[in-house]
Amino acid sequence: MGYLLPGSSTPTSATPRRTPGPAGWLLLSPLLLWLGLFVVVPTLLLVILSFCSRDPDAPGRVLYAFTLENYVRAFQPTYLKILGSSLLYAFLTAILCLVMGYPVAYFIGRAPEGRRNTLLALVMIPFWTSFLIRTYAWVTILSNQGFLNGILQASGLTSAPVDFMYTPGAVVLGLVYNYLPFMILPIYGSVEKLDQSLIEAAYDLGARPWSALVEVILPLTRPGIVAGFFLVFVPSIAMFAITTLMGGGAVPTVGEVIQKQFTAARHAPFGAALGTLLLLLFFAGLWATKPRREPEPID
Amino acid sequence: MELERTIPASRISPPPAPARGWPGLLRLVHLSLAGWTWAVFAFFYIPILLLAVYSFNDSKLNIVWQGFTTKWYGLLFENRVLLEAFRNSLIIGAVTTLAATALGTAGAWILHRYRYPFAGWIGLLIFIPMVIPEVLMGVSLLSLFSSLGVPRGFVTVIIAHVTFCFPFVLIGVQARLDGIDPFLEEAAMDLGATPWQAFRLVILPYLLPAVVAGALMAFTLSLDEYIVTLFTTGSQSQTLPLKVYGMAKVGLNPQINALSTLFVAATILLVISGELIKKARSR
Repeated sequence: MGYLLPGSSTPTSATPRRTPGPAGWLLLSPLLLWLGLFVVVPTLLLVILSFCSRDPDAPGRVLYAFTLENYVRAFQPTYLKILGSSLLYAFLTAILCLVMGYPVAYFIGRAPEGRRNTLLALVMIPFWTSFLIRTYAWVTILSNQGFLNGILQASGLTSAPVDFMYTPGAVVLGLVYNYLPFMILPIYGSVEKLDQSLIEAAYDLGARPWSALVEVILPLTRPGIVAGFFLVFVPSIAMFAITTLMGGGAVPTVGEVIQKQFTAARHAPFGAALGTLLLLLFFAGLWATKPRREPEPID
Repeated sequence: MELERTIPASRISPPPAPARGWPGLLRLVHLSLAGWTWAVFAFFYIPILLLAVYSFNDSKLNIVWQGFTTKWYGLLFENRVLLEAFRNSLIIGAVTTLAATALGTAGAWILHRYRYPFAGWIGLLIFIPMVIPEVLMGVSLLSLFSSLGVPRGFVTVIIAHVTFCFPFVLIGVQARLDGIDPFLEEAAMDLGATPWQAFRLVILPYLLPAVVAGALMAFTLSLDEYIVTLFTTGSQSQTLPLKVYGMAKVGLNPQINALSTLFVAATILLVISGELIKKARSR
């Protein structure tokens, strides 16, 4: 699963690679065509749409006339607040995943070879399980007629059901539960590559376990941390399927608002403006976490 | 004394053999790491376990245990809406897997074989669909289809699914190509193979494990996708996640517990058999 890491694949310089002739370009064309038609063009269309307005006579129709009104609306406090809280939930999710996941990734990465695969399989099972199943599992626990309220009432701790669902806490819990494997796996990839002799060298030079962690282990596993943070933070911002299920309408997120504009509200240009802002955030995140050239390993 | 306190402990040159004091502490660190790991595994598995247990509960609610039943499984197999959605999901998943695996494998080989200008930019374009927030991919493809006047249905969903699935195949195959003998293809061609024969008879068999893993990933991703499907599908091509989501939004429904239990069981079987195959191969 290391291939989830951006830039993890580096072509070997020894390969006798050819300069593409007409045949080479012809072979590449299906891929280029697919990427152009279904990645580049739709993204550009979204940006263009964000500068269009809605036909006042037929709300579903788009008028292709330049306007900034969608952005003016997007920067109103209501929407800025939703965007801000979406970012906050995503950030909290990424931090919690990091704190919960790092020790797990480290433990698995340092485990003896035989046990390592078993432990890794225990992370892979939730990773491969549908997000919908995993989110619904928490609904059955936290809802008013759910397992937790059943225990609380049976034990007499509460008489009326406690509202666990439709709270920011439930939203973050749902996101953490879903994205934790995406934090563990890339960090595991970094820990596995960690040279044990470097840690031993730190101890030999008198480092305490804490300073070995802060000054040796954490810097060396930084690529995994950065990749994991990106893989959790970015999708969490707009993962409205989880946030709507756990938050009801009570905890709106930017993904949910965009979805509504394209469906029930029938105001695609405004949704596109919010989408374009999200796109800018996405590219900023992509740029900020892109793998930097690693220092040459010391032999 | 004053000086020692201001300098971090680690920067002071060590007295001889301080490591002797650490093993006890390191043992404690190891034990707490193990405890933490198992606690996180409990966090992973207890909700899923409860989900499975309550799929056998003879009550519509999860709040009390009323007795053992398999009636939710029976109802599930009579639920025509869900069965039809499952069929749609399988059709979309199968076609997506075939197309994504072909596009991803061929793409990886071609990008490996030739040195293209702008290869970095092509790489970025391949990477984007894997990590872009799904809602952005969904609404931008929706904008494309509606501005072209393409009616939404199986074709549009499959196009969307292939777009975010094939990069996973491509990058997995690319990782395997990194370890390939650079002269494998030339050796085959020296022995009289055409480039196509060399690819089909020599390169493809070598890539097969990565191709199969990529195909499995593509199928799982397609089967599980909700957001992108929501924006690109039509009324005749509703998938299982769309229907289940609709049910889950209304409230608790033991049929979802039953369905989830079946899916989780299938997932566990898949992961375990994958591990066994890996073990058998490494022997």
